[in-house]
Amino acid sequence: MTFNPNKHRLVPKHSKLSDKEKAKLLEDYGITVKELPKILINDVALEGLDANEADIIKVTRHSITAGETVYYRSVING
Amino acid sequence: MKKEHEEFIDGYKSKLPPKIITEIKEHVPTNVTKAKLTKILEEIHGIYENAKIHSGEGVGIVSAESIGEPGTQMTLNTFHLAGVAEVQVTTGLPRLIEIFDSRRAIKTPMMEIHLKSPHNKNIDKIKNFAAQIKETKVGEIVSEFSVNLLEQTLKLILSKDSLESLNLKTEEVAKLVKAKTKSFNLTVEGDEITLTYKGKSDEIKEVYGIKEKIKLIKIKGIKGIHQVLPVKRGEEYVVLTAGSNLKEILELPEVDAEKISTNNINEIEAVLGIEAARQAIMEEVSKVVESQGLNIDARHLMLVADIMCVGGVVKGVTRYGVVSEKTSVMARASFETPLKHIVDASLVGERDRLTSVVENVMLNQPIPLGTGLPGLVTKMK
Repeated sequence: MTFNPNKHRLVPKHSKLSDKEKAKLLEDYGITVKELPKILINDVALEGLDANEADIIKVTRHSITAGETVYYRSVING
Repeated sequence: MKKEHEEFIDGYKSKLPPKIITEIKEHVPTNVTKAKLTKILEEIHGIYENAKIHSGEGVGIVSAESIGEPGTQMTLNTFHLAGVAEVQVTTGLPRLIEIFDSRRAIKTPMMEIHLKSPHNKNIDKIKNFAAQIKETKVGEIVSEFSVNLLEQTLKLILSKDSLESLNLKTEEVAKLVKAKTKSFNLTVEGDEITLTYKGKSDEIKEVYGIKEKIKLIKIKGIKGIHQVLPVKRGEEYVVLTAGSNLKEILELPEVDAEKISTNNINEIEAVLGIEAARQAIMEEVSKVVESQGLNIDARHLMLVADIMCVGGVVKGVTRYGVVSEKTSVMARASFETPLKHIVDASLVGERDRLTSVVENVMLNQPIPLGTGLPGLVTKMK
């Protein structure tokens, strides 16, 4: 039996941004991909997302203060 | 509440966080008019915008003080509660330091294992499961080792009681021992296992060496789980363990994998990913803070956890971790081991662009925080 880490209580929802969403995000914040927080390409939570280097992962976290927050991480090859 | 009102409130979703939206929906009276509702929402939106941190605010130092000051009030060492059958855990300041330093080996790794529905109600089933996962080594079930140097033999007499309680047979133990002792001949007789050295008869240390090795052979359970304790939590039973092995426990069919927790953050990082590690850092720190009766705003812990996890791997708040990521040589040097940083930087000709706070304080210049952040642009006549 292999366990799916995305089902665990501690793991928030990860999803990959499309090229269009990615371009919009970078423009909105006026930054480049390199300036975002990172996530390793072999991170277990990325399983099944088919993520490549320089993709942006949207993390929908549960937050005690705001209910729900989004956070973005760029995929790096560590 | 009327449907149109609900939809109207939902229109503020892009302006207000979801938690506030649900709170508004709960508290607004049902007979409110649309004009009043608009006023309420605008008022709330105004308050929310005002409560936001302004750009240029030094959130880092605010967090540092907000965590540091209550930290001085903490009891320095763990309480020892006499006669309480709980697993001993590090709390207080030592635990806090352990988390923030992101130590690889923590003092008291611990797990809380929840089981799936048919297993978690029956105390016998729980006890059985607990016995299954506890790591047992050969050394614990042998009642006597006897070494015969003349004949180069080692005799293990297994304890009948332990074998029975673990539901094991002598042959099964012998099989496991045999796999690890290739240079010995093995014979089984009753609950005695005899090992005879195959090589030359003048090497005494072989027999002694193998004795220590055999003691450490795992016969049952999961590596790293040293102690188990089934306890009742509300309606169900959970198993607390001393020692942690998240990866292997998650593979077991009886466990409720979604709820299992461990206090070993590095293990969480490896098994569940960086986001889970961030969440775990926050939870572990707030556990310590609450157990000490202190009150630290969750936002400060979020900031620290975010900084520790920003690079995709967990980095401790140490000179090897987050401080080593600073771009400024002088900022790094001002933290710890200044000479090393300055020498290293001068060897490779590193440049300090003075973009952050510490280095500008050192040079007696305005810092890029608050009103020091924006530059002024003037039109010259």
